[in-house]
Amino acid sequence: MSDVHAQTVPFVRKSMLPEAEPPARQRGVPLWLRENLFSGWFNTILTILGAAAAIWLVASILPWMLRGVWNADSLRECRDIVIERYGEGVTGACWAMIRERWPQYIFGMYPQDIFWRPTLAFVLLLVAIAPVLYLSLPRKLLIFSALYPALAYWLLWGGTIWLPVMVLVGFALGWGALRLVLPRFGAIVATAVAVLVPVLWWGLLAGDAAQDLQGLVPLALRPVGSAAFGGFLLSFVLGVTGVSLSLPLGLLLSLGRRSDLPLIHYLCVGFIEFIRGVPLITLLFTASLLLNYFLPPNSDFDIILRVIIMVTLFAAAYIAEVIRGALAALPRGQYEAADALGLDYWKAQRLIILPQALKISIPGIVSTFIGLFKDTTLVVFIGLRDPLKGVTDMIRQTTAWKGIYWEPYIFVGALFFVICFSMSRYAMYLERKLERGH
Amino acid sequence: MAASPSQIGPVFRPSMLLYDSRYRSITIQIVVLLLVMAGIGWLLHNLFTNLAQLGRTLDFDFLGRRAGYEITPSLIQYSADNTHWRALVVGLLNTLLVALVGCILATIVGVLVGVLRLSNNWLVGRLMTVYVEVFRNIPVLLWILMLFAVLKEATPAPNAYRLTPAMVEAGQSADASMFLGSFAVTNRYTTMPTPLLSRGPGGIDLGFVNFSGGFLILALILIASILAVRYLGRRATRIQAETGKRPTTWWQSLLILFVPVILALWAMGFYIQVPEITSFNFSGGIQLSNGFVALTLALALYTGAFIAEIVRAGILAVSRGQSEAAFALGLRPGWTMRLVILPQALRVIVPPLISQYLNLTKNSSLALAASYLDLRGTLGGITLNQTGRGLECMLLLMAIYLIISLLISSGMNVFNSRVRLKER
Repeated sequence: MSDVHAQTVPFVRKSMLPEAEPPARQRGVPLWLRENLFSGWFNTILTILGAAAAIWLVASILPWMLRGVWNADSLRECRDIVIERYGEGVTGACWAMIRERWPQYIFGMYPQDIFWRPTLAFVLLLVAIAPVLYLSLPRKLLIFSALYPALAYWLLWGGTIWLPVMVLVGFALGWGALRLVLPRFGAIVATAVAVLVPVLWWGLLAGDAAQDLQGLVPLALRPVGSAAFGGFLLSFVLGVTGVSLSLPLGLLLSLGRRSDLPLIHYLCVGFIEFIRGVPLITLLFTASLLLNYFLPPNSDFDIILRVIIMVTLFAAAYIAEVIRGALAALPRGQYEAADALGLDYWKAQRLIILPQALKISIPGIVSTFIGLFKDTTLVVFIGLRDPLKGVTDMIRQTTAWKGIYWEPYIFVGALFFVICFSMSRYAMYLERKLERGH
Repeated sequence: MAASPSQIGPVFRPSMLLYDSRYRSITIQIVVLLLVMAGIGWLLHNLFTNLAQLGRTLDFDFLGRRAGYEITPSLIQYSADNTHWRALVVGLLNTLLVALVGCILATIVGVLVGVLRLSNNWLVGRLMTVYVEVFRNIPVLLWILMLFAVLKEATPAPNAYRLTPAMVEAGQSADASMFLGSFAVTNRYTTMPTPLLSRGPGGIDLGFVNFSGGFLILALILIASILAVRYLGRRATRIQAETGKRPTTWWQSLLILFVPVILALWAMGFYIQVPEITSFNFSGGIQLSNGFVALTLALALYTGAFIAEIVRAGILAVSRGQSEAAFALGLRPGWTMRLVILPQALRVIVPPLISQYLNLTKNSSLALAASYLDLRGTLGGITLNQTGRGLECMLLLMAIYLIISLLISSGMNVFNSRVRLKER
């Protein structure tokens, strides 16, 4: 049968045609343009509108930015240079202000000759945070992460090294007490002792011990007052301290909110909902105006510390909700498996529930940090020098830079964008990496 | 003979308070309660000691005293002679106005951008991504300051719109011209046309608020029309259930909705007042202060970027199989959207959407940056500074914000429980 066609059909091609290119409209740039930009009248209109908007935006801002002056001592000089170069009536940016004043945007009023201290603290922060963020790094690095807060405090505020060391000793004492008491008296007594011992140590002995040790081995840096803090240094101090301190607190709150004990449940719900229900700015005002009312008479302490307390409480409520979401996302089987193994509540949380829940809540925690970092600009309303308005207002008050408007906003906005955008990309990378979906 | 008690139940020993799980939860709760009460007691003790030292008490009498400062804009009648309490209400209404307008604008922006980001159009998709990322990653305070500065510095003064006869004779035109002849953005306010009633009934004065009578009548008519339309729809469904044929209702619905309102408007002499430039200022129309415009726009654009992401995620969360199944059942695209996609997407979208509304409302407390007097500006700002009652003002301020937040989030809970998947 196979040869029938060969005899009956007059012509059958026996060799393959070479593959032809698709027609010009169906390939390359024209195809891409048609599919992605001009597929139908609606898309065409959208493309034209979008292109017009983008071109208008770029055309109205870019020349102004490119005409910018980098070398000048005052705004007036800037404007004169622009007019000299481009003729009367032309405006241009005055980047010279940023060139001259960038240290204040980064460090506030921190003394210029010891900029290396906050810089070093920042670099070490990256080292300390790396093992938390990248799970493939060796776990031993976590020891440095644990020591970092004391080190950073010493570098930033200066003073004797023995004070932060004594604070660390308090934690070590608490841990030692826990290990000592736990096998003999059970979890509850051990926890109580582990809390009580460090508190007693800090309250009664640590201060004197630090003084004595300082007398023996004088190791101190030049002290820097909180008033000198400002700019992105302040934002980082508030943001990083707030989030790291609020992690344990938020964890406890989220566990408390899921607790079976009604009293603890309602206490946690009340706290979380209260903090989430009021704007951060009212909490900051509370820190600056009202905290003194609620503390023993004549006790006055550092404004940054007060703000950190409030920011920590604020972040803890949000982190509690993030972790609660992660806890709720764990399948019930995990809880049941822990029960079936006969683990008690804390063991089940520590060995089975929390490792999984914390892992899936890292992206949410990073988002909380981004939000908090952006919100640190609000401290300007209680008189601290945030990078956005505080430092800018300070610079605008000088005669040289009076009346400068857009340049500081663009500069600070760009910095915020770079920091927050890279963190949000990290959160997305993590989300993809931790994805165990089916 | 009754058995001795020791033989009935297990003996209670004090150590069981710690080691018996039946009693331990009670022990823990009592200990926590004692600790919390001790903590609160300590704080209150400090508070009263401090107040006593300052020779003050906690009282809210200052709310009844004369405020002595002006608030513009104000939604209700207010002058410097009114009390602090009334200033508080003015501030609260200003906050709520910003929140309401901001939420509406943010939703429009967010839905639009979220949908456009999913479009096949490469350019538009990229532009929307840029918008979302830029606005999300920069503090909202910067957007408020920036928009306020743009409105204040880059717009003409009201009198730039003036066209004097002398200028007409000389063949000159005004320095600035109104958009569509009725909108004008100036360095002090934005002005736009306002709807008015020339023969409207008098207002109802409650002493506190002056309700416009015409507005009330219109609202009542609208509610009645909507009820009538719903009755019509239910009747149609009933007839459909009985006979299998659904009567045509769309033109009746439209008539019921529009005719009474239009008639009422006509009867009350409805007209649109266009702002006009008089010597140095605009008169007529509605004038929105720059602070309000900058604050609302900035909050709407900032929150809109977050809402766009929520909308996008919500639409992507509905799996393709759902729409394919709906098509397989023979549903048309419109019905598929209404009956299959939207209900499922909304379940994902609405809870985070409402928490964004909450954020917007709380962020409106940044009004200070745009010199707009909201609740924080009146009660937590000028009133606080004038009376020196920091404690009372902050407590009141927090309580009010808390109530607003709780109202919004309880609305969310109602929605959540209504649309939750019934798990068995």
